[in-house]
Amino acid sequence: MNTIQLIINGLGTGAFYASIAVGFSLVWGVLNVINMVHGSLVVLGAFLGFFFWKITGLNPVFSVPFVAVSTFLIGATLQSVFINKVVSAPVLTTLTLTFGLDLILYNVMTVYFTASIRRVTTSYGNIDLGSAVVPIDRLYVAIFALLITGILYLVLRMTSIGRAIVAVRMDKTAAALMGIWVKSVYAITFGIGAMMAGVAGAVSTLIYPVTTGLSGAFLLKAFIVCVIGGLGSIPGALFGGLLLGVIESFAGYAIGPQNSLTLALAIMLFVLLVKPTGLMGVKGFD
Amino acid sequence: MKFRSLAILILWALALLSVSLLQNNYAMRTATMIAMFSTLAYSWNFIGGLAGYPSFSTAAFFGLGCYVGALGQVHGLSIPSAWFLAVIVVGAFSAAIGGILLRLRGHYFAVGSIAIVELCRLLITSIPGLTGGGSGLNVPLVRWSPDAVGLLFLVVMVTLFIMVGLVTQVVQRSRLGFGLRCINQNEDAAEMVGINTTAYKIVAYVLSAIFCGAVGAAYASWTGYIDPNEAFNSLMSIKVPVMALLGGAGTLLGPAVGSVIFILLEEVAWSNFLEWNHAIVGLVVVVLVFCLPNGLLRLNFSNILTLKPARRIWERV
Amino acid sequence: MNSLLKVEGLTRTFAGVVAVHSVSFDVAAGEIIGVIGPNGAGKTTLVNLITGVLRPTSGTIIFNHEDVTGQRPMQAARRGMSRTFQIVQPFPQMTVIENVMAGSLFAGAAQDMPAAEQEALECLRLVGLEHVASKSASSLGLASRKRLELAKSLASKPKLLMLDEVNAGLNSGEIDGALALIRNIAERGITILIIEHLMKVVMSLSQRLLVLHHGELIADGDPKAIIKDKRVIEAYLGPKFAARAEGYANAQ
Repeated sequence: MNTIQLIINGLGTGAFYASIAVGFSLVWGVLNVINMVHGSLVVLGAFLGFFFWKITGLNPVFSVPFVAVSTFLIGATLQSVFINKVVSAPVLTTLTLTFGLDLILYNVMTVYFTASIRRVTTSYGNIDLGSAVVPIDRLYVAIFALLITGILYLVLRMTSIGRAIVAVRMDKTAAALMGIWVKSVYAITFGIGAMMAGVAGAVSTLIYPVTTGLSGAFLLKAFIVCVIGGLGSIPGALFGGLLLGVIESFAGYAIGPQNSLTLALAIMLFVLLVKPTGLMGVKGFD
Repeated sequence: MKFRSLAILILWALALLSVSLLQNNYAMRTATMIAMFSTLAYSWNFIGGLAGYPSFSTAAFFGLGCYVGALGQVHGLSIPSAWFLAVIVVGAFSAAIGGILLRLRGHYFAVGSIAIVELCRLLITSIPGLTGGGSGLNVPLVRWSPDAVGLLFLVVMVTLFIMVGLVTQVVQRSRLGFGLRCINQNEDAAEMVGINTTAYKIVAYVLSAIFCGAVGAAYASWTGYIDPNEAFNSLMSIKVPVMALLGGAGTLLGPAVGSVIFILLEEVAWSNFLEWNHAIVGLVVVVLVFCLPNGLLRLNFSNILTLKPARRIWERV
Repeated sequence: MNSLLKVEGLTRTFAGVVAVHSVSFDVAAGEIIGVIGPNGAGKTTLVNLITGVLRPTSGTIIFNHEDVTGQRPMQAARRGMSRTFQIVQPFPQMTVIENVMAGSLFAGAAQDMPAAEQEALECLRLVGLEHVASKSASSLGLASRKRLELAKSLASKPKLLMLDEVNAGLNSGEIDGALALIRNIAERGITILIIEHLMKVVMSLSQRLLVLHHGELIADGDPKAIIKDKRVIEAYLGPKFAARAEGYANAQ
């Protein structure tokens, strides 16, 4: 295992981590809600992508439009019906609520999709770079992750809804005074967060197994990336994700994959204490 | 009047103990679980209810208690010594972690407290030589008859429950309790008024930890087998605060009320809808947040009868 | 000199902005000192520095012959420094008397809860709030909340009481009441530092005035002389008016 291979592996996984963290970060930054349902939404997207692949035989990447729409609607509905009522509540309440909603979604999926582990099997082979090897399925995932992250960044910068979201994140009272329907922005933002999760999940089927057992792991990664990279910032999520991926890659090689998660958690705690806004975070600015 | 709630607690403890007279193992087990979770809920109440810090670390302290107690016994300590060691270790751990973690507030503290649970689980799993790692650890069983063992652990859990109930009563009436309530409502003002907020918060955190550690150690001895996923179960970290919130966080009887209702609900769910038990917990949570935002004991019945929505505590300024 | 508080070279910067710049002054026990200055002059920052809410970038604070630079707010309260907030900070879900008890339990003299309750009642009587003792703190109107804030500070038995704009938002009658109250407190031997915008209050209460402008102490002395001081007028009204005022003064 040479260094270049480790870096490539790390960047690949890291890009994926960034894509699952980006939606989580947005919801946390704009609504000030830690969305514990996020991990299960990723898994939901994975299931949808898997079933798409099973039925059509096409690369799950093509399921994205369908997954995007469904998860967006689910997210927006969740927000309007449940989350909206507690948006100004203390973190204990919002966290407990989203935890509860997550338990429901997790259970529903486990019962209806059953707990057996599925896999999408593809045979894309590798690109040989001489000193390192790039598996094509990982390349797909990485490119896709960067793509959706980039699109979200552009949406936030250039569309009016994007600007509205950023405005609400910076100062929701001022935004309301400017004529922005804060509640709609909340619903749309949560929907976007859910959509990013679902879409990332759909693509994740290329490299990860499809099972509800992974929902906790995805959520934890999203947490770590957000804390390290900074909340509410897309470049932050990207940076945090890539950093986490590379750290895990090297640490996994040096001290074992299990311990690399421990290390990642320890780093997260360290960042929480030293610079809670994250290495790149200035809350509210994009 | 002053000791009314204490009297109710003791009566309730006696009621739980008297379940042993029914000669029904299932009932005894349920009573033991109720006592156990009531203890955990009261523990959480110190840091979450009184001080208002959203801690999700219960599973960390419980799990550590399990493992220290279990390892103590495996290495030849008597049961009481092993349990005592568990309390000491968990207490020291929480004091150290609390000193660092309690500098954070709100979301960051919550996230940090969840991370602690994961960290503990990973650390335990990563030293299989000592702890049996992922395959778990067998704990030497108490060599009495099953009925006697059942009774023993009912008594143990109820005793812990009474202890934590007593400590809650004392704390809530004391300067410490007053100070914690101030910290809860306005930490900056509390500091300005002369309260050593750091010290008080750490005391609350340690109090919340040591009883969890004791319960964990007892639980390990009771079940005879522990593994990292069960001991550091993040579901516990959410169930326990929910029980306290259900009854009313920060009140003298809330955690007890909440845990009874929750455990009974869970037992019903387990026997009838086993595969839905997560969703049922989730449903309880959702109902709790929307219908009982301040807990059962703070329900204003006249408001309910006139169908007025409850004014949530956080909306009062 | 019986110096209760001695501030020397106190400076505080926030990411490039100098909020307080090398401020030095003495406060003797028993004095009533007014602190005035245009908005943003650094008055509240000064109080925050003295009470430990902020750490000074440089400089020292000596209170009661003890170096207390960089102390924690809780230590300041226990050492006998009390302050009120511009935007009142009660404990919203506690009753009025409980709020004041907080002051006497921790920084004050009370040894236990009943003693604290007695102390609190005394303080409430002093500020005229004893009739609402068992009401929730959040049910009070602004003027009463300010009095509650005052009662809370008094309960901690301070040697030095710093009042930050206690009269903001009060009407004329309420202000007169507040004035009488502050005089009453001063008569009990408590040293008072009062930040105020209302000249009527400042002039009638203060034995000495400190004027801050852009974080610097530009004047320190007798109130009547200070208000005619050219630099002070310039700080408030600008150089044109200052020159005109000087012209008037010279003409007399």
